[in-house]
Amino acid sequence: MSHKHDGKMEQVHYVGDSRVRAKKDKFRTPDYAEFPGNNEAFLPDFLLKEWMVGAVFLVAFMTLVMAHVPAIGEVADPTNSSFLPVPDWYFLFLYQILKYKWASGDFNLVGLLLPGFAFGALLLAPWLDRSNERRVLKRPIASSIMILSLISIIYLTWAAEAEHIEQLESAPPEAPETTDVVAVEDEGYKLYSESACITCHGENLEGKNGPSLLGVGNYRTAEEIDRYIVEGKNGMPAGMFQGTPEQREVLVEWLLKQQQK
Amino acid sequence: MLRAIYDWVDERLDITPIWRDVADHEVPEHVNPAHHFSAFIYCFGGLTFFVVLIQILSGMFLAMYYVPDIINANESVKYLQDEVAMGAIVRGMHHWGASVAIVMLFLHTMRVFFTGSYKNPRELNWVVGVLIFFVMLGLGLTGYLLPWDNKAYFATKVTIEIVNSVPFIGEYIGLLLQGGDIVGAQTIARFFAIHVFFLPAALLGLLGAHFIIIRRQGISGPL
Repeated sequence: MSHKHDGKMEQVHYVGDSRVRAKKDKFRTPDYAEFPGNNEAFLPDFLLKEWMVGAVFLVAFMTLVMAHVPAIGEVADPTNSSFLPVPDWYFLFLYQILKYKWASGDFNLVGLLLPGFAFGALLLAPWLDRSNERRVLKRPIASSIMILSLISIIYLTWAAEAEHIEQLESAPPEAPETTDVVAVEDEGYKLYSESACITCHGENLEGKNGPSLLGVGNYRTAEEIDRYIVEGKNGMPAGMFQGTPEQREVLVEWLLKQQQK
Repeated sequence: MLRAIYDWVDERLDITPIWRDVADHEVPEHVNPAHHFSAFIYCFGGLTFFVVLIQILSGMFLAMYYVPDIINANESVKYLQDEVAMGAIVRGMHHWGASVAIVMLFLHTMRVFFTGSYKNPRELNWVVGVLIFFVMLGLGLTGYLLPWDNKAYFATKVTIEIVNSVPFIGEYIGLLLQGGDIVGAQTIARFFAIHVFFLPAALLGLLGAHFIIIRRQGISGPL
């Protein structure tokens, strides 16, 4: 608002571009009249249609929110030594690189530099890919590096997730309160104590070098136990049980009875 | 009445050009899904911004109940999730919104990359966009500790170990994040401050730059 000499008010128009350097020819905002086809104003024409995309998105998002309540675990306990750390899923690929032998320990730098270079290259992409071509197939180097990176990220995320699930499954569940071995007089216990099983899993199934088998009947099926005996699992080598298939069946049956709570 | 108020303000501040500048810019046909369904790939950026708004709003409501210390943090999250009206929904929005924001941001980045839209003269906006991506990852990283459960605690411990292993500067950044000899009371306070003050401030600044640049340059033309 400014006052003229006659005292009447006149509206002031600030010049929006006054802070921008005068040579505007060098830096030209594209005129949409140059693009063929149906242009429309952002507000209200475009937004009145575009809000529908937002609405569809919001419905999908709220469905996800209501279907899956986020988990909250027990309060952090720094003395808990058995907890398996896992980052949020979108960091899994970075986490997985550092687990490989060629990128950890003495070669830790490899595991840090590899993603470091990748993100650095992403930041500087306009100066690494300087051609005027925009189409994917006309700039094969940039496109193929990006596609390879995407495949690696997907693979590493999958590998990390698969490894984590495997570790969770192989971790023994909480120890049962009763520690009495069921059916000690059974033929199964005799087979157990006469074979190599007893040296690692203990006289009373309490676990020594291997995990405790108390309560194993609660969380393993006959097929699983049989497979582990034959093929081994984690630290346990294959073929530790030397008996006949019939004897193995007796052993599995006896192990299934171990349902201590 | 509203008109009169608007005119009164406009007469003094000349606000009409500000919003007309946003309103009147033309949306070209090749990015408009109403004309070409495949143009939905141009929606990812806007949807990312939409999720960011959801994150800011739900986060502000979570901050009404959340207590950033090692004694109360876990309890306060349980309380707001189990006892507070709509608490599970608000926390759910913030929890899932974090993942969805990363997904949308990723899709937006891929759209810009594979349409070659980052090329001259839009290099600067690409750099600002990648910085936004880094800030969002930082928000995800710091937010993960705040519920203070075992998952949060041990993941953060590993993160800080990784940071410490970076040559030369790693130990200093690790100390800056951890705030002491162990992951503990100082760490949660720092992560909270970074999560709700430092990074959102950086994010808003970068988003402002991102939008001003796109308005000045316009969207890239059809392929």
